[in-house]
Amino acid sequence: MLHIVNKSPYERNALDSCLRIATNGSAVLLIEDGVYAAVKGGSFEGKVQAALPGLKIYALGPDLSARGMADRVLDGVNVVDYGGFVDLVAEHSNCQSWL
Amino acid sequence: MKIGVLVNEGPYTHEASDSAYNFTKAALEKGHEIYRVFFYHDGVNNATRLTEPPRDDRNIVNRWSELGKQHNLDLVVCIAAAQRRGVMDENEAKRQGKDAHNLAEGFRISGLGQLVEAGIQSDRLVTFGD
Repeated sequence: MLHIVNKSPYERNALDSCLRIATNGSAVLLIEDGVYAAVKGGSFEGKVQAALPGLKIYALGPDLSARGMADRVLDGVNVVDYGGFVDLVAEHSNCQSWL
Repeated sequence: MKIGVLVNEGPYTHEASDSAYNFTKAALEKGHEIYRVFFYHDGVNNATRLTEPPRDDRNIVNRWSELGKQHNLDLVVCIAAAQRRGVMDENEAKRQGKDAHNLAEGFRISGLGQLVEAGIQSDRLVTFGD
C-alpha cells in the first residue's frame, strides 16, 4: 500500500493518522506541504525516524526544492521525482491519499 | 498500466492541480495509459476557459487542455459540482437558460458514474486534493 500525504504535519494531523494506521512494509510518499515532515531539525523528525524501520518513506524532490529544503532531508527518507512518484503508484497494489 | 486521476481542488489554490498535472504528464511519459482525469468538487474550476492568469504564471486550464489534446485524454468534469460553481458547456447553458458557457477545450461534462467507472476500469486511482 502506498500512502500519499500532501499536508504539512504542522497544519493537519494527516501524517500522524497515516503513520498510526499504515502497516509494516507500507510506503509513505510526502508531497506538496507534506514534505515539511521530511526535514532535519523539525519537531516532526523524531516521529518520522521512529516510523522508518517499519515503513519506507519517500519525499517528492521538486516539492522539496520549491521550498528550499532539498539539502535538508532526513537520513533514511528517499527523494523521488514525478517519474518516481509514478513508479511508486505502479509498484504498490493500491494507494491512499490522506487529504 | 491504466491509471485514473481524481482532482478535487481548484487551480491556484494549494498545489493539488499542479501535482495532478505533473503526475499525469510523468505517467504518460513512462508509457502508462491515463484512463480518465475526473474533476470533482472545486476541481471543476480547472475547466473554465475564462481564467486569465498573469503572463508570467502558468495557465493551469490551458495546460490541461493541451495535455488532453496531445494524448487524447478523457478530461471529465462532474456535472453537479460544475453547476454549483458556474462551469457549463454550451448545451448545459442552453438547457439552464444561461447567456454564456465557459467549459474549456478538451473537457467534457458528465456524471459521477464516470468516476466510479474510472475506479473500476483503472489499475490505480490516484487522488489529488485539499
